[in-house]
This record gives sequence, C-alpha cells and structure tokens, in this order.
Amino acid sequence: MAHPAQLGFQDAASPVMEELLHFHDHALMIVFLISTLVLYIIVAMVTTKLTNMFILDSQEIEIIWTILPAIILILIALPSLRILYLMDEINNPHLTVKAIGHQWYWSYEYTDYQEIAFDSYMVPTQDLSPGQFRLLEVDHRMVLPTEAPIRVLVTAEDVLHSWAVPALGVKMDAVPGRLNQTAFIASRPGVFYGQCSEICGANHSFMPIVVEAVPLKHFQDWSTLMLEDASL
Amino acid sequence: MQRKDLLCPTSGNKSRANHIAAFGHQRAKQRDRISFRYPNLHSSIMADAIESKIKNYRTAPFDSRFPNTNQTRNCFQNYLDFHRCNKALSEKDQDTSPCDWYQRVYKSICPSVWVNNWDEGIEGGSFAGRV
Repeated sequence: MAHPAQLGFQDAASPVMEELLHFHDHALMIVFLISTLVLYIIVAMVTTKLTNMFILDSQEIEIIWTILPAIILILIALPSLRILYLMDEINNPHLTVKAIGHQWYWSYEYTDYQEIAFDSYMVPTQDLSPGQFRLLEVDHRMVLPTEAPIRVLVTAEDVLHSWAVPALGVKMDAVPGRLNQTAFIASRPGVFYGQCSEICGANHSFMPIVVEAVPLKHFQDWSTLMLEDASL
Repeated sequence: MQRKDLLCPTSGNKSRANHIAAFGHQRAKQRDRISFRYPNLHSSIMADAIESKIKNYRTAPFDSRFPNTNQTRNCFQNYLDFHRCNKALSEKDQDTSPCDWYQRVYKSICPSVWVNNWDEGIEGGSFAGRV
C-alpha cells in the first residue's frame, strides 16, 4: 500500500504491474539523462566568458540532433507497445467477480457456482482498530485466490465510479448500464488497497477498495464461510 | 503468462471462437439433414457435448464475439440465448438441458440487479429483448 512521502509506485502484485514499473524506470532514466544533459549545456552556455560571433549553420550537428531523438523515441515506444499488447492478451480466467459501484460503497458478486454477494463499506475513522489504515479499510474485503487469472466486471448502479487497485495495475471505470472487463493475476498473497477514481459525489473519497489475495485453499474456505453466513 | 506475437496480437483469436457458437454455425446444414431423418439424434449429440462442458465449468470462457472491454452485450446475449433456447426446445418438447450453458454464462457475468430486472420484465411482459 501507499506510505508517507512515497515517490514511486507501490510494490507490484501482478505481472502487468511489474512490467509497468520497469517501463517507468526505463522511461524516467531517459528523461533524467536528457534533462541532465540540457541543464549542463545551459549552465555551460550561461557561465562562460567566451563569446562566439561566428556560429553559422552546421549540417552534421543538425543531423545528429534529429536522428538521436528519433532513436530515443523508438527506444521508448517499443517497450510501451509491448506492454500495451501484453495487457490485451486473451486469458481464460479461472474466476469472475463483479464489482458494482454505488453511492458510496462497492458491492461484489461471485456467481460462478453459487451466489456470494456482499457490500463493502469503508470503516469510519472512529471505529478503526490500532494498526488499521485511515480511509482505506473496509468491513468486507474482496477475497481472491493467488496465481489465478481473475476477470473483474465493473459497473455502477447510479453515477460514474472507477475501480482501481494500484498494486495490481488495475483501473476500470464503472459506468451505469455498461459492463467493463478487466483481468489480472495476483502473483503473491497480500492485502492491496485502492480508492474510487471517478468523482461520484460527497463521499467519493470514502469508498475504498480492498483486495485480499490468499492461496486457493483459503479462498475456498472463505467462500464456504460466506455461503454459510448467507444461508443463516 | 504466454506472450503472443507483437505484430499480430489478434491472430489466432479466431481459432478460439466460442465452442457453442462455432458448433452451431458449422453444423447448421448437417442438423437440418439429420433432424429430418433422426429428430432426436442431433439434440442428444449437442446435449452430451454441453453436459461435459458444464461439468468442467469454471467461469465464462473467452468469447471471441466480444473480445473488447465492453462486455454488456456478452451478458445480454447469453441471457437472450438462454431464454430463446428454452423456448425453442420446449416448443418441440425436447430436453432443455443444453440451454444450461447459456444460463451458467449469464449468471457468471451479468450483475444480479440486471438479471432480476430482466426476469421481472419477462414475467410482466415488458422485457425489451426479443425472446
């Protein structure tokens, strides 16, 4: 999850997010190199006592500073497109979960076999236990099995919302009347936090998303428990 | 995770066409010939294939008719197909178990609120789709 004074991304919890993180490192390194070069040249130009009154055109340097940026742009574009197509690959999911946005909470439905459905409200600040995170904890987390392709179908019941979990590299708009599909694999067990990412009214900042990724056996135990609770 | 050819990311998708849809399209003419002589043979072939698919059902598989982010039509189409399949088979007094596939798929992907609204619409005669 996010921590105070954080500069970079959260630790990746899915293969796609790992790719995005590495691409960001690559692109940012290029940006830093170019910025350093330009800053150095500016400082050198400004601080010299020498004057040159006879600078005329130069074919060689013009060619270099056209070709070199083109090459740099290609070096950025190729990994970017690779990841773009990677995100669009067909996967056959093991599980489908529906995330439905309401004002101002999320509800989750697991209906592949029996029907498990529950609402997920933020825990108010005054009800937090020590160690819990303000404005991020919820009463019922979305539990998923690790290392399984998951399909999440996102929609909304009233206004626009957006279901986002940065650690998994996922963000998908929740549009009323439309069913948007996103997919990911949770590579490691853990608890991953996200927040509603589309302005949706007074409590837009207070409808977080919590994904708890657990090994398959624990997921099966949890779903059995949820079905028993529902039947009570 | 398998990495496909970057230059042709969508090639090969067609080979993963939804089994039921492809099966139906390919066998349309054969079905007409077979069902003329053996009215129940085709339906029992389909029923066995679908029964094994339902037994191994995990979740709604990739459907190449709906390859993109927007799955609204996927949900609605399976809902319609289930009701049309039920109606068509019960009119001929045949076993409606092949229709269970469509029901599993739409139950997997359609939000329950939508399904409840549509069910009420069908009961009340106000359902917008053509069944």
